[in-house]
Amino acid sequence: MKGDKRPMLRPLYSRRGRVEILHGSGGRAMAQLVAELFKVAFDNAWLEQGNDAAVLPQVSGRLVMSCDSHVVSPLFFEGGDIGCLSVHGTINDVSMMGAQPLYLTASFILEEGFPFADLERIVASMASAARDAGVSIVAGDTKVVEKGKGDGVFITTTGIGVLREGIVLSGDLAQPGDRILLSGTIGDHGMAVLSRRENLEFDAPIFSDTAPLHGLVATMLDCGARVRVLRDPTRGGLATTLNEIAQQSGVGMLLNESAIPIKKPVEAACEFLGLDPLYVANEGKLVAVCAPEDAVHLLEVMRAHPLAREAAAIGEVAEDSRRFVQMNTRLGGRRIVDWLAGEPLPRIC
Amino acid sequence: MKYLDEFRDAALAEHISASITREATSSSGYRLMEFCGGHTHAISRYGITDLLPATIRLIHGPGCPVCVLPVGRINQAVRLVRERDVILCTYADVLRVPCSGQMSLMRARSEGADVRMIYSTQNALQVARENPERQVVFFAIGFETTTPPTAVAVKQAHASGMENFSILCNHVLTPAAMQAILSARTGKMLDGFVGPAHVSTVIGSKPYERFAAEYSKAVVIAGFEPLDVMQAILMLVRQINQGRATVENEFSRAVTREGNLKAQKLVAEVFELRDAFEWRGLGSISESALKLRPEFSRFDAELKFGVDYVPVRDHKACECAAVLCGEKRPQECRIFGTVCTPENPVGSCMVSSEGACAAYYSYGRFREELT
Amino acid sequence: MCLAIPARIEQLIEGDSAIINLGGMRKEISLALVENIVVGDYVIVHVGYALQKLDQEEAEHTLALFAEMSRMAGLPDEEP
Repeated sequence: MKGDKRPMLRPLYSRRGRVEILHGSGGRAMAQLVAELFKVAFDNAWLEQGNDAAVLPQVSGRLVMSCDSHVVSPLFFEGGDIGCLSVHGTINDVSMMGAQPLYLTASFILEEGFPFADLERIVASMASAARDAGVSIVAGDTKVVEKGKGDGVFITTTGIGVLREGIVLSGDLAQPGDRILLSGTIGDHGMAVLSRRENLEFDAPIFSDTAPLHGLVATMLDCGARVRVLRDPTRGGLATTLNEIAQQSGVGMLLNESAIPIKKPVEAACEFLGLDPLYVANEGKLVAVCAPEDAVHLLEVMRAHPLAREAAAIGEVAEDSRRFVQMNTRLGGRRIVDWLAGEPLPRIC
Repeated sequence: MKYLDEFRDAALAEHISASITREATSSSGYRLMEFCGGHTHAISRYGITDLLPATIRLIHGPGCPVCVLPVGRINQAVRLVRERDVILCTYADVLRVPCSGQMSLMRARSEGADVRMIYSTQNALQVARENPERQVVFFAIGFETTTPPTAVAVKQAHASGMENFSILCNHVLTPAAMQAILSARTGKMLDGFVGPAHVSTVIGSKPYERFAAEYSKAVVIAGFEPLDVMQAILMLVRQINQGRATVENEFSRAVTREGNLKAQKLVAEVFELRDAFEWRGLGSISESALKLRPEFSRFDAELKFGVDYVPVRDHKACECAAVLCGEKRPQECRIFGTVCTPENPVGSCMVSSEGACAAYYSYGRFREELT
Repeated sequence: MCLAIPARIEQLIEGDSAIINLGGMRKEISLALVENIVVGDYVIVHVGYALQKLDQEEAEHTLALFAEMSRMAGLPDEEP
């Protein structure tokens, strides 16, 4: 124990407690919250130092930076929660540029009344996700809003990574003839969340696929294949991501519906709710556009990785000034896979 | 998924396609109206047009209840929820349909109105039970498939003496719409109908027999899956080639001649015919829609809240009327794809994903550009 | 407004309801519009209600029809 006497701090936060306005006011309560919850969980020298910003070592290579906000509801779902989601999401954004993710910041907007037990779970999940990915959460912020002005908790993460020489990935680099590869099944995350929201039950539950993809990306970039574009199909699903790339690159695409992997329960849930799985969010998958001669090898490399065992070649890039993403349907006909129009309302009919 | 996957088999599709191509040899072509919104969607979503010869022209009929719902009816719902502070429970389909004053139910919700999306009328009853101090209104739309679930809910509300539940009744009838089509100019040009799938499970195949007899049109009731639709088209081609005009049932696994008598009885207990009802695009049609019987009138939101129906003319440039009865193709509408798009729908054919225009825009517009 | 899917009755529940199973997904639906449903039956489900029992024999018959040989005289038989 130190020599000088310090006033005994009443436990301002405990497992059974709830977030109060004073926890965001910048005063003693907030400091205690940060010290006893965030610092302990994220556990690194920067946070220990206690400054408002982190001084980071120099890196050799170009810096890549990204940010992501997370407002998912419900906060906890099969396979994950808002915490690990917010870590994976930003790691993936940085990884899609080919960069090695290094540091994250995390800012929390807490709603007054939010249970500390839930916050602890979320923070533990973030800490674990960051640790597993080899990334440090080096700075953060906490605010509290009045009851009714938030939805439990909103989390925003920013990420920094380093991009070594020679890697150039961008959505405007797809060329006619390139192949389109997908790292696995679609719709898992969106349906896991929706199932929890709608109280759907399954023989085998649908798990969110939330995962950090930087390891998979590194393997893919190291194998010698000429990769042009990497992107993770999150909100808006595969269809949105492909349309974005087609738009950026000024090309069209032709997909094969039967080549697109989807888990049976996800398909069934989409069928029942009248949703098109092409537009359902994914949080642990990526799309890769590569030179045609490298597709076979790249696919092999992907399938050897635990996060891409079901990787598939789903189509190719075509010459098309209209920038349509088209698809050969499983029936043998053809259709457009268009931009998402508004909110994907489940069809009743 | 059993009874779904087998009916989407590509090899069988190719086989049926070959048969259709081989047999659809009439030089005057085959003009077939597919009546059901679900069929419109399936045809576009699977690209069935690519598997049919050019002699076959599929025309989208008014079988999408959201598309034929007049703007004035949605205005009623919006007024209820904004002026009377009710909780409005509705199926998702109608949320984005634009109505008067740059409004829609979705916009009303974003401005604070209590509009709730539900999957089943049971959800609506649940909302009413959980909110005894609020009035709950169910926006009841749909053809005969969707009417029995409403009937069940009204009966349950009645049996449990619910005071805070009512419905805004917009249930419409398929045979009446078919009649209207057949009496119109477009009707003369049609060779046959692909009959609705799930409406027919309820009403049976009998109601269509008079159309076949009186108007000499071939009718084949088709199931919901793409192979069903293709097989039905083949059966229609054969009827037309052979100069027959009868009702055939491709969807025999779910449709009988009599239909679902239990459901029909329930509907008859709760509802009666309105004298007339305005259909968007088809005008006023007599005996084409339902209202609650007098003994259930306290569940009628129109009466309860005194919100009258005020007809609203369609936007001048909107050609939904012509598209709905098959007079024009979506791409022939002046504002298709330019002013009127899924993001900015001027008429309901573009909002509902079963509407001819939305289906064509979202799934098929690549075709037009190629010619 | 026709979206309806065929699903298997997995369990009957008091109050005229049942649990259906579609490809591993389970949901409670109402049986108020149908009669004589037993576990193992397939029903067409629309907005939370079973609308009709699916006749499994007829389903097989329809599938067979899809694969039928050409009935037109003089034309070579199609391979299914």
